[in-house]
Amino acid sequence: MSRHRIKNVDLDEDDFYDSGEDYDDGDDGLTVEDREQLSRGTKQVRDVLGPDIAITDQEIQETLWHYYYDVGKSVTWILNQRASSQPKGSKKSKKETKATDTVATPTKKAEGPSPDDLVTAAQSGKGGNKASKPSTKQASTEKEKNEKSAVAPAVEVPKPKSKNINVLAEYEKSKRKNAANFVVIGHVDAGKSTLMGRLLLDLKVVDQRTIDRFRKEAERVGKSSFAFAWVLDQTSEERTRGVTIDIATNKFETEKTNFTILDAPGHRDFIPNMIAGASQADFAVLVVDASTGSFESGLKGQTKEHALLVRSMGVQRIIVAVNKLDTVGWSHERFQEIEQQASSFLTSAGFQPKNISFVPCSGLTGDNIAHRAPDGLVPWYEGPTLVDELDKSEPASRALEKPLRLTIGDIFRGGIQNPLSISGRLDAGHLQIGDPIVAMPSGETAYVKALDVDEEPAEWAVAGQNVVLHLSDIDPIHLRTGDVVCSPTSPIKNISTLTIKLLAFDHITPMHIDVHRGRLHTPGQITQLVATLDKSTGQVLKKKPKLVQPGSVARVVVQLANPVPLEAPSRIVLRSNGETVAAGLLE
Amino acid sequence: MRLIKQNIERDGSGSVTLYPEEPEDMWHAYNLIRPNDLLRASALRRVTTESSTGSTASHRVQTTLSIRVTGIDFDPQAGQLHVAGRIAEENKYVKIGQYHTLDLELQRNFTLEKGEGWDSVALDVIREAIDPQKRADIAAVVMQEGLANICLITEHQTILRQRIESNIPRKRQGRSGDHDKGLTKFFETTLETLLRHVDLSAPKPILLASPGFTAASFQKYIIDTATSTGDKALLANKSNFLVVHSSSGHLHSLNEVLKSPEVLARLKDTKYARETRLMDDFFTLLRKDDGRAWYGPNEVSKAVDKSAVGRGGGILLISNSLFRSQSVSERRRWVSLVDRVNEEGGEVRILSSQHESGKRLEALGGIAAILTFPLEDLDEEEEAEDTEDTPNADMGNLQI
Ligand SMILES: Nc1nc2c(ncn2[C@@H]2O[C@H](COP(=O)(O)OP(=O)(O)OP(=O)(O)O)[C@@H](O)[C@H]2O)c(=O)[nH]1
Ligand SMILES: [Mg+2]
Repeated sequence: MSRHRIKNVDLDEDDFYDSGEDYDDGDDGLTVEDREQLSRGTKQVRDVLGPDIAITDQEIQETLWHYYYDVGKSVTWILNQRASSQPKGSKKSKKETKATDTVATPTKKAEGPSPDDLVTAAQSGKGGNKASKPSTKQASTEKEKNEKSAVAPAVEVPKPKSKNINVLAEYEKSKRKNAANFVVIGHVDAGKSTLMGRLLLDLKVVDQRTIDRFRKEAERVGKSSFAFAWVLDQTSEERTRGVTIDIATNKFETEKTNFTILDAPGHRDFIPNMIAGASQADFAVLVVDASTGSFESGLKGQTKEHALLVRSMGVQRIIVAVNKLDTVGWSHERFQEIEQQASSFLTSAGFQPKNISFVPCSGLTGDNIAHRAPDGLVPWYEGPTLVDELDKSEPASRALEKPLRLTIGDIFRGGIQNPLSISGRLDAGHLQIGDPIVAMPSGETAYVKALDVDEEPAEWAVAGQNVVLHLSDIDPIHLRTGDVVCSPTSPIKNISTLTIKLLAFDHITPMHIDVHRGRLHTPGQITQLVATLDKSTGQVLKKKPKLVQPGSVARVVVQLANPVPLEAPSRIVLRSNGETVAAGLLE
Repeated sequence: MRLIKQNIERDGSGSVTLYPEEPEDMWHAYNLIRPNDLLRASALRRVTTESSTGSTASHRVQTTLSIRVTGIDFDPQAGQLHVAGRIAEENKYVKIGQYHTLDLELQRNFTLEKGEGWDSVALDVIREAIDPQKRADIAAVVMQEGLANICLITEHQTILRQRIESNIPRKRQGRSGDHDKGLTKFFETTLETLLRHVDLSAPKPILLASPGFTAASFQKYIIDTATSTGDKALLANKSNFLVVHSSSGHLHSLNEVLKSPEVLARLKDTKYARETRLMDDFFTLLRKDDGRAWYGPNEVSKAVDKSAVGRGGGILLISNSLFRSQSVSERRRWVSLVDRVNEEGGEVRILSSQHESGKRLEALGGIAAILTFPLEDLDEEEEAEDTEDTPNADMGNLQI
């Protein structure tokens, strides 16, 4: 498998990975507007900080950029940063930046082997690591790089230094709040984004002014009812069309938990994006539209498909937000009807009754979201609000000790200093600044030069956290969304033949399908129906069936057009012609 | 393709001289020429001459060669056919038995004599190849955000011309501008590439297919670009850019594109429109699981043995890849199957493995049948014959 995969993909012409140039052309990715905001902000920050704080414009701008030009937040960050990292009274060196700041922070005891040691271990195949096939390749890539840097150490920018933090021990000590991701799913227009926009307003993550501004702008394009949704729907396309297209990620916290919202699109065309969101979720909020006829049509559409999808992707807990009850006069009867139908459907989809809960609410009016509905409006409901219900989520266990895995959700320019950044949720393992990582399928190595956890700069990250990694020493041509970032010592393998044990949602024959795992989706073909299996015992019912009926379990072989990084036991979704035809487990 | 001369005897002996006119004809030739055939065509041969002083010089000569075919190599992207073989007739440049690879060329006759004689399937290929009714090719861009497959749809093939992949930053809190910018860049690259592959001076429909709004936005981008740059060729083709829905930007979504009303309206009576419909019918019947639809070499052979693929609705669907088998007996087997179905009044459809419906058939092992009456358990009692029963995954096809 060639490392220059993208080039090979192209047939005869030059290579079309156009964003490559984007990173090289010296363009810093800022619009005129950005620049104006930056220079205005820089001045404001300076004014607040006063002359006593020595700081470069660049540092200020980096901070401003990070906080989307919020002067207040930037000042707080800078001050905190100084307070924690500056030896008192000493004059600070101007060159200091977060990533290379090795002087000021108290040094942690170097417990684990340094990344370089790890690399060496990988090269020699030692370290108890039964080097898998691709790992040898990584190792040699790594070796080349190391040799290069060993020969000419002083020429290029130095590799990010690792502080050799014992990440797991630090994590133990840190006593962070419980962190949870949830995906918001449901049929198109059920009110998912509105509901989340409202929630963010009521919890003061978004201020009223912003909503008012959105309302005014939305009115102008004749979409005034979408003001709340605009908090999540941010691209011009989403706003003009009034439809969510891609996952929006937002954060908020309660006393107990740091939550990350993954607001999924409901439209059937964007299910690949919804799958990407669901793959990062600990639990799901299913929003259904209670208005007359809407619940029913949703149930035939994506309400059903989404629920099946999240269940088959491993989500166990589901909160049903029975939304838009304002449109039916908060009818108890309607609520009960929906509760009954949705319960029976969800149980048949494999959710345990104890993991299903219902909250009657309205995103538009805000009743029962963060605040209880006013007395008398919903006399028949005494249960928790949506936020209270969210707070009942149990902390999920994380694969902290497993080898590092992160599916790349996005590749972008992370700032002036960070021309190449990637984001995603750490599926397994942990990492810290200075670590080498390998991106598969390209097999190219990069270094973590800086990182953010939940949008705040951090020194390390562990499984379950949403991270942004700022990378160095890699050409963006080797990265693609859906690729998997892993540790050089135990990289994931690229495979093109998969044996999958699946649950069929539709008829399955040998046919062309798309294979989805999180952000990764790739074309393939079911080449063999190996056997149909007994649902509970897994025993073979019929070998080589001609057809697998919907609802049955089968083992099939899938051949992919190109090798991709996948490993057992991954949960996989198969789609064909825009329908989810099966979901299953890679064996 | 033009038929220049034909003298085929009843017993299948004799030869045919053909004149390929367009790239598609190479595809027909590919389906016609088999190992062991005798092929005669003009060739460039490098000859080495020794002068009296003993120094050697090598130069190319144009000559007509006859070869006994040993291997055929088709490059669908370039539309080139390379036929390898051994010289069968001596002339002043070559000796019998020497190796030569003939590259068939457009606008140059070739003459073919079949090693195993002309069978019904081969004659059918000729009939199809020389059909003078030409249908315009269609260009299509199957796309999704960050991925575009530019392809050409002809009567017998879908050809991937270029794949474009581009990383578009996704929407992020407060940074939606990055996404919009990335998308525009992607459209720009896609349009540039498209224009390199499609000749706008001969207007033809260009399908833009995607899930969601990508294709529509691309269409708008094209028209905006045409207007702002005043590009005459683009402007003249404004109405030829048609937006069609597809569920993904992967190439096999072409299958949905070909079924769209926009395409069907234009191409109602093309061979592949009929074949697409037939494959749909087959799958509908297969899902019913009532014993009327079967696929796989052995199952279908058995159904034909039981006279279930005959008059009154019996249809045999067979991919032309089966007739390209290396093995003579394999090829004979399929030809005789076709002949039997024809004799019994059933319908035979030979699908192009390079077209979307053909690829769906390939996934099923290249052969399927709709039966006139239900038969059960055609797949039983043959557990032993594992290998043949496995639908062959033609991954080469998957990629195009
Ligand atoms: N009356 C009423 N209307 C609502 C409520 N919630 C949302 N809506 C309206 O429903 C429409 C769709 O809302 P969105 O929030 O965009 O729906 P969505 O589920 O996010 O839609 P997609 O993301 O495109 O699937 C908007 O016009 C909202 O104003 C509600 O509680 N009551
Ligand atoms: Mg939405």
